[in-house]
Amino acid sequence: MKSPQNMKPWLLSGPAFVLFLVLLLIPLVMTFMLSFNSFSFYGGIEDVYTFGNYIEVLGDSYFYEIFLRTFLIALITTVFCVLLGVPEAYILLRMRPLARSIMLLVVLGPLLISVVVRTLGWAILLGNNGVINELLQSLGLITSPVKMLYTPGGIVVALVHVMIPFMIIAVWAALQRRDPSAEQAAESLGASPVKVFTRIVLPQAMPGILSGSLIVFSLSASAFATPAILGGRRVKVVSTTVYDEFLNTLNWPLGAAIAVLLLASVLVIMLSWNRLIEKRYAGVFE
Amino acid sequence: MSFLEIKALTKRFSETTAVEDFSLTVERGEFVSLLGPSGCGKTTTLQMIAGFEQPTSGSIILHGRNLAKIPARKRGLGIVFQTYALFPHMTVEQNVAFGLEMRGIAEPDRKQKVAAALDLVKLSHLAKRLPKAMSGGQRQRVALARALVIEPELLLLDEPLSNLDAKLREEMQLELRRIQQEAGVTTLLVTHDQSEAMALSDRIAVMQSGRLMQLGTPFDTYETPKSTFISNFLGKTNCLHARLVSTTGTASTLMINGIEVSGPSVNLLPGDVMASLRPERIDIVESSEGNTEAKVLERIFLGDQWLFRLETKLGELLVVRRNRGRREAEPGENVFIVWQPEHLQILPASRETS
Repeated sequence: MKSPQNMKPWLLSGPAFVLFLVLLLIPLVMTFMLSFNSFSFYGGIEDVYTFGNYIEVLGDSYFYEIFLRTFLIALITTVFCVLLGVPEAYILLRMRPLARSIMLLVVLGPLLISVVVRTLGWAILLGNNGVINELLQSLGLITSPVKMLYTPGGIVVALVHVMIPFMIIAVWAALQRRDPSAEQAAESLGASPVKVFTRIVLPQAMPGILSGSLIVFSLSASAFATPAILGGRRVKVVSTTVYDEFLNTLNWPLGAAIAVLLLASVLVIMLSWNRLIEKRYAGVFE
Repeated sequence: MSFLEIKALTKRFSETTAVEDFSLTVERGEFVSLLGPSGCGKTTTLQMIAGFEQPTSGSIILHGRNLAKIPARKRGLGIVFQTYALFPHMTVEQNVAFGLEMRGIAEPDRKQKVAAALDLVKLSHLAKRLPKAMSGGQRQRVALARALVIEPELLLLDEPLSNLDAKLREEMQLELRRIQQEAGVTTLLVTHDQSEAMALSDRIAVMQSGRLMQLGTPFDTYETPKSTFISNFLGKTNCLHARLVSTTGTASTLMINGIEVSGPSVNLLPGDVMASLRPERIDIVESSEGNTEAKVLERIFLGDQWLFRLETKLGELLVVRRNRGRREAEPGENVFIVWQPEHLQILPASRETS
């Protein structure tokens, strides 16, 4: 019998555990089970257990293309988030407190707006008759609209917009632990501002960059609304394919198999990335 | 012309004046301390010399070179920061080599200089360690080696020992002095710790509210402070309100709490003054003849010393007495105290209470 004191942590974390169990674990397990069922157009879902769905996905170059496109979009999004987010986090940290809180709000802005509103905003900007094309045409820089909507590029732009706060916060957290006088020390030793950034600041931001990349990559790879609205029917990614299998083809088991494969592959990428970070940075930082 | 000349240096921030009309000359190879309480402008002065802050007015001339237009990275000064500011992602060796690398010194030469610098601070055996895996004292030495390896014309130390515990701090004081002497580098130390300043420096510059209050050797500054602030800041002292009755070429007469006391000759006009008497200059004696009566209020044993708080007709006095292994007066006991008149320091009455 446990004493009341020992029960306390269990009781306190109980509601959250129930929430996770009901809303995450059970659906996940059910999806996993579903992925082994089979489906026919006339009989619907049949309660048998086969690897048929997995064999179908892994044997079809069509799905390979979708997976490749998804991870490529996620990778490019991550790269842009690093390129833009790291200098931004450093500049934010060096701002005066008032300006910093205002700019931080601007950075976090995209997260405060509904994904549908934000994405439709991008659609208005990127469309063939959108704001950007109209402007470029009226300036005479282009004669016919540049296709931006319904392209992977458009998806990347919108994903970078919403993912960059995660990168900035991760890099921010890493850089906040640094000793600012190390930069002064480097300067006094003869380092130019560029050298101070590349040799002193960047290496210290690295753990933040790596963990930020982890978040951005996994969220981008499984993003649904942004690619669904900006990619349309033409630029399919894994999550929109799963959606189509479930709601258009009604082949739930196949959709479940694709979802499980997405989950597994993102998990593998995340875990190996994490191993890399731990190996590389063990013992450097406190 | 002196090696380092600071002339009328002033730094004003939007609302406060951090440093005002600060002038100081330092000779080559000299070790000078800027001593003062926090907020006295000593760190701002150091930051201006280092090039991290721009002076509002005044000039800094190092070895005939006006530093005004020279950015921090081209001044070639060695700086040791309070937090050591080591590069956490580099080994000890890489930390020390950084400055040489920035100067474009070739690999073989660099290696040799790094080895020599680590040898100077006795850390050769830890060259491959990361800073995280080192103690405070060791990090301190790495910071020192990193600053010295570039053979700076001037070494700036910003409270370098304040993050160390008391015992290590004493060790590092001796070590720091040895390293400075061996390297022969002109050094400016910023500190709020008077014992550190006295132990290390050739001269001490005492600062208060952004101004230089007194400049002199540690001994002179301790023995003949110019104000009660300085006599309080450098060591312990008993400050007593007094009235200067008369002063001649050889001696003076004071009234303290209605008691007539004689002191040394002083260049002050009769009137209100402060009398300062160091606790270690007061002797506790048994004979009453011509001596002042006192009652022990408190007694603290410090190992090598006893600290007494005594009640006398002059007011409360602190007395420090070397532990001679004998029984000392206990609280409540009546004793007699005596001091040499010339050990009484007569200072102008200060308007501020410090």
